[in-house]
Amino acid sequence: MPDLRRAAFFGGVYGNDAALREAIRDARDRGAERLYCLGDLGGFGPHPERILPLLLEHGVIVVQGNYEDAVGNDRPDCGCGYTDPRDNHFARIAYDYTLRRTPSDQKARFRALPASLRLTMGGRRLLLCHGSPRRQNEFLWESTSPAPFLERLLREAAADVLLCTHTGIPWSRTTPSFGQVVNAGVLGRPANDGRTTVSYALLTAEEEHQPLRVEQVPIAYDHEGVARDMRRRGLPEEFVETILTGWWTTCLEILPARERGRGRH
Amino acid sequence: MTRAPQAPLLWLDTLWLQVAGTLCNLKCTHCFISCAPDNNQHEMMSLLEVRRHVRDAAALGAREYYFTGGEPFLNRDLLPMIEETLLQGPVTVLTNGLLLDTATCASLRRLADGSESSLDLRISLDGYGPEDHDTIRGPGTFRRAMEGALRLNAAGLNPVITVTEAADGIASGEGRARFLERLRALGLGRPRLKVLPLWRLGAETTRTSGYASEERLTEDDVTRDGLERLQCASGRMATSRGVYVCPLLIDAPEARMGVSLQETLRPFELSHGACVTCYRSGVTCRT
Repeated sequence: MPDLRRAAFFGGVYGNDAALREAIRDARDRGAERLYCLGDLGGFGPHPERILPLLLEHGVIVVQGNYEDAVGNDRPDCGCGYTDPRDNHFARIAYDYTLRRTPSDQKARFRALPASLRLTMGGRRLLLCHGSPRRQNEFLWESTSPAPFLERLLREAAADVLLCTHTGIPWSRTTPSFGQVVNAGVLGRPANDGRTTVSYALLTAEEEHQPLRVEQVPIAYDHEGVARDMRRRGLPEEFVETILTGWWTTCLEILPARERGRGRH
Repeated sequence: MTRAPQAPLLWLDTLWLQVAGTLCNLKCTHCFISCAPDNNQHEMMSLLEVRRHVRDAAALGAREYYFTGGEPFLNRDLLPMIEETLLQGPVTVLTNGLLLDTATCASLRRLADGSESSLDLRISLDGYGPEDHDTIRGPGTFRRAMEGALRLNAAGLNPVITVTEAADGIASGEGRARFLERLRALGLGRPRLKVLPLWRLGAETTRTSGYASEERLTEDDVTRDGLERLQCASGRMATSRGVYVCPLLIDAPEARMGVSLQETLRPFELSHGACVTCYRSGVTCRT
């Protein structure tokens, strides 16, 4: 198990290879010793089939997301955990698109991906997962993940730092007993904040056994090019609008009151 | 016949608190626990009781808290209850919306702004308009509930509208779309919606019918995954009378699992008709 000083953590890539290329370049420039991806390579964006080769080419270590579990096993849906029919309608479009474009050799690799990974940074024990250590498709939102709950997650996972994604909106918190939970956000689409940038989490161990420094690094990329690509491939205008405006137009019902209130729709 | 299955308690994620007991300013004809102005079956909870249960839940790593009744806003300590509980996690209040005056909405907004955790409100409607809703809830209640919802929305707290399947066609995609359109027309610009099935308990047994004795789950009907998705696999309900397995079964003596949460951390036998509705519909009372 490696002990690192600085590492980068990418959330869902969602078929957005342009954003991923920029994030890889940025993380290397900032001196990240290792790069990790927390799963959900496809869905939403135009090029799901390009993501795994790109990650492998750059030595990015990948945790399985619910998308890889679903696509890898040809499951009937993405298993994101939506409950609203409109959310499910758009989730279906994204999933079918991804499933259709994923070659079978990639599916085999998806099945073999680990559901979680462990490493240390400055002596701190990290657990990397997609949704939560309990469930691959559990949403850990900032406003509905209180400290007592996070403390128990960390305790049961025997970890000091928990890294996750799945929700699409980044946040991080240090608990009263100095555990850390970092939701790395996603590279695939903006975070419903009216900005067209996406972001990833950069963690740095400054002192041994002390809380890690967490930076959420914004990434600008050719989002207009991606939007054109999405239109050319017949992806819904609702997805394109999100890429161009930074506001979510789908997956809204799953948002807690606080996060929903911050968005435009 | 095989035995009733057992729902495991995986983790106490959700604590329900019946802060108003069974006291309500309405007497809805479909209420699964027959709440009414004169129903004292479960009394109002005190701030001390709420504090004790919330503290116990937090120690168990609970994730969220729901306040219900009866009508929670009848409890004069509701705002301090919300304020204290928000220190431990997100709070959702289920209300009929009738007591949401401008000052209360402003206070709720202040509590929401002062907390790291989400404060959410859920207002129940029972139809697309007064013609359905008021038949179940009483004359004038649709208009008053919507006024409450709009006041909340104006205060920056966009409530979730909960509607039961008593509303015609609501369970279909078309029905939902129609309902959302209706809410927009009434002034909720970004409507949020949760559809609940009807549990044939309490007053609903008179309005329609109760569960037949053969409507029960058996071990052959269930899968492990299905059991783990039930809300009783991750939640409990505290009332002034003790801690129950879920918000639905507080009239069933055998659903009372203990005085404190710690006494209820064990599996529950799914031997009630309502368990069939939860299992088959896959629905939970959570938002």
